[in-house]
Amino acid sequence: MAIGLAHYLAVAAILFTTGVFGIFLNRKNVIIIMMSIELMLLAVNINFVAFSVVLHDLAGQIFAMFVLTVAAAESAIGLAILVVYFRNRGTIEVEDIHMMRG
Amino acid sequence: MAIAAALVVFLPLLAAAIAGFFGRTIGDRFSQVVTCGALLAAMALGILVFRGILAQSGPQVVPIANWITAGGVDVDWSLRLDTLSGVMILVVTTVSAMVHIYSIGYMAHDPGIPRFMSYLSLFTFFMLMLVTANNFVQLFFGWEGVGLCSYLLIGFWYDRPSADAAAIKAFIVNRVGDFGFALGIFAVFVIFGSLDFDTVFGKAPAAVNTVMNFLGWQVPALTLACILLFVGAMGKSAQIGLHTWLPDAMEGPTPVSALIHAATMVTAGVYMVARLSPMFEYAPSALAFVGVIGGTTAVFAASVGMAQNDIKRVIAYSTCSQLGYMFFAAGVSAYAAAMFHLFTHAFFKALLFLAAGSVIHAMSGEQDMRRMGGLWRKIPITYAIMWIGSLSLAGIPFFSGFYSKDSILNAAWASGTAVGRYSYTLGVFTAFLTAFYSWRLLIMTFHGKTHADEETLHHVHESPWVMLAPLFVLAAGAIVAGYLAEEYFVGAGRGEFWQHAILVLPAHDSLAKAESLTGVILFLPLIAGVLGIATAYLCYSIEPDIPARLAMQYRALYLFLLNKWYFDELYDRLFVRTAFTLGDGLWKTGDGTIIDGFGPDGIAAATRELAREASRLQTGYVYHYAFAMLIGVVALVTWYLLPR
Repeated sequence: MAIGLAHYLAVAAILFTTGVFGIFLNRKNVIIIMMSIELMLLAVNINFVAFSVVLHDLAGQIFAMFVLTVAAAESAIGLAILVVYFRNRGTIEVEDIHMMRG
Repeated sequence: MAIAAALVVFLPLLAAAIAGFFGRTIGDRFSQVVTCGALLAAMALGILVFRGILAQSGPQVVPIANWITAGGVDVDWSLRLDTLSGVMILVVTTVSAMVHIYSIGYMAHDPGIPRFMSYLSLFTFFMLMLVTANNFVQLFFGWEGVGLCSYLLIGFWYDRPSADAAAIKAFIVNRVGDFGFALGIFAVFVIFGSLDFDTVFGKAPAAVNTVMNFLGWQVPALTLACILLFVGAMGKSAQIGLHTWLPDAMEGPTPVSALIHAATMVTAGVYMVARLSPMFEYAPSALAFVGVIGGTTAVFAASVGMAQNDIKRVIAYSTCSQLGYMFFAAGVSAYAAAMFHLFTHAFFKALLFLAAGSVIHAMSGEQDMRRMGGLWRKIPITYAIMWIGSLSLAGIPFFSGFYSKDSILNAAWASGTAVGRYSYTLGVFTAFLTAFYSWRLLIMTFHGKTHADEETLHHVHESPWVMLAPLFVLAAGAIVAGYLAEEYFVGAGRGEFWQHAILVLPAHDSLAKAESLTGVILFLPLIAGVLGIATAYLCYSIEPDIPARLAMQYRALYLFLLNKWYFDELYDRLFVRTAFTLGDGLWKTGDGTIIDGFGPDGIAAATRELAREASRLQTGYVYHYAFAMLIGVVALVTWYLLPR
């Protein structure tokens, strides 16, 4: 069985959905949310690369590189914020982060 | 003479403006000089004007300016000079000038001297505007102006809550009367189509049989107008029913009581009835009403005066009672006698008040007669002055009150009407009561053992000359005014004196009928007065325990008199509490519950409730927002992907 575009897209969709559910089903840890975001970005990257190959357009792969860079930077900043947050509040449990409650 | 008359009226206004607006800059002394100077000049010019009036024939009208021209209403500022206004100018300027000078001494230690002098002068201006009015609107202008000044002066010591309450009471009770007065003016305009005195008086005989609709009834128009106008006079002149403000008005400084609440403003009602005699003469029912009210007030106020212990209140009720005399004189068409009594009363009542002020001044502000006594050695001049005033008030021969009171009572008897007999009977009884409470006051204040404490007694001193000099002038008036003026006011020369200022129909001319009276009737008032004096001596000097025993024995009657016939309590129940209840209901239910409940407060509460519900959507949990975003994205994508 040849592996076609549809397979890649299916894997990406599964990854993306996993990421989404990871965000809002997770009640414990902010780090897991960040990992979920990485998963979603990864899914997007897979789409980029798959379409780039199929359409013979390198722009998709270049974009994938950009996304990887941005994701790395974002993770760095996110983790930094998380460390500061932990110092201030002594916890990173998602349940406890609700200062914006109305 | 026109210029002199204008000066008489406007000098006090000028002085009031100077002392009122620049009092702080020019200082106390200069304020006193300006106002007293203006008033003395006005008094001198007033005498000049009065002589001029006597020399002329018929009324003279000095035009000043046009005021209102609107459709059928045409009202001018003008000064009407005839005998009636001349007498009033004379009385007002003289008493006012004396009170101004007296105030220099009486108010010497007060921080508000310029304000006080300014109010006094302003009052004089309004009073002169009132008496020289040539139409109903200017009369009303002066009428309201004196009411305003009365309010300001009663509440002069505005840091005393009792003075504020008294000022407000005076203002509100006068509003009731003025409401009637205003309605009366409207009625006059409806009937005659004019507010000018001459026009109205000219048309009055023809209006006898007109009727007009009032609250759904057909009533005689002229009678209605006269009674409504008289309601205004009742308010201003403190007649029974609307009298409750006058005793409370004694919260004001004593010179104010002398000028406004004895000599001038309260007599405005009497002046008005005399001025409108060409209307009242054609409304006999209204005249009868005036007579009954006057007679009743005379005896009512005198009976209350017997039981009061505040020296000023006794004199205040006495004023009320004497005003009753004037009104029942007017009620039997003896307007000239009413004006005569107004004239003499202005002197001796101002004198009594100023003498009482002198006593209060000597007693360091004490007004309760029960804490006086035995003062006559310490303040002999005031004592002598008080005697003169009381003799005149009680109608002892050859003092001025004797002539005027006798002419009133004789006219009342001679009129022969039921109202006349009613007034006469009550009037003679009142003469007895008047003499009684006057000597009660004299004996309690000046004789017997002193009840004052050492501290006060030590400070008792005769008043300064600046206070005594006006007393002498007024005392001279109280002694000789009646004797000198009787001939012109009510005697043989009255026709020539009054000319056309007062109209009396020949059938009503009770003064003419009184000339033929003989016998004991003539002496009854005097006998009553002497009896009153004797009774007072018996009760307060010879057998001092009689009053207490009487008060014990007839406790109900005593309390009835002491509490002023319970008028204040009655009004409190009837009007004040009702108004409070109504106001409370409208405030709490109407405004608070209904308007606020559904209006501002209701809308605010609904908004807040809505916001609270909406804010519950904001949980603060990141995953909820993420979920909402996902749902949103899904919904949007679905929307765009759905085939349309």
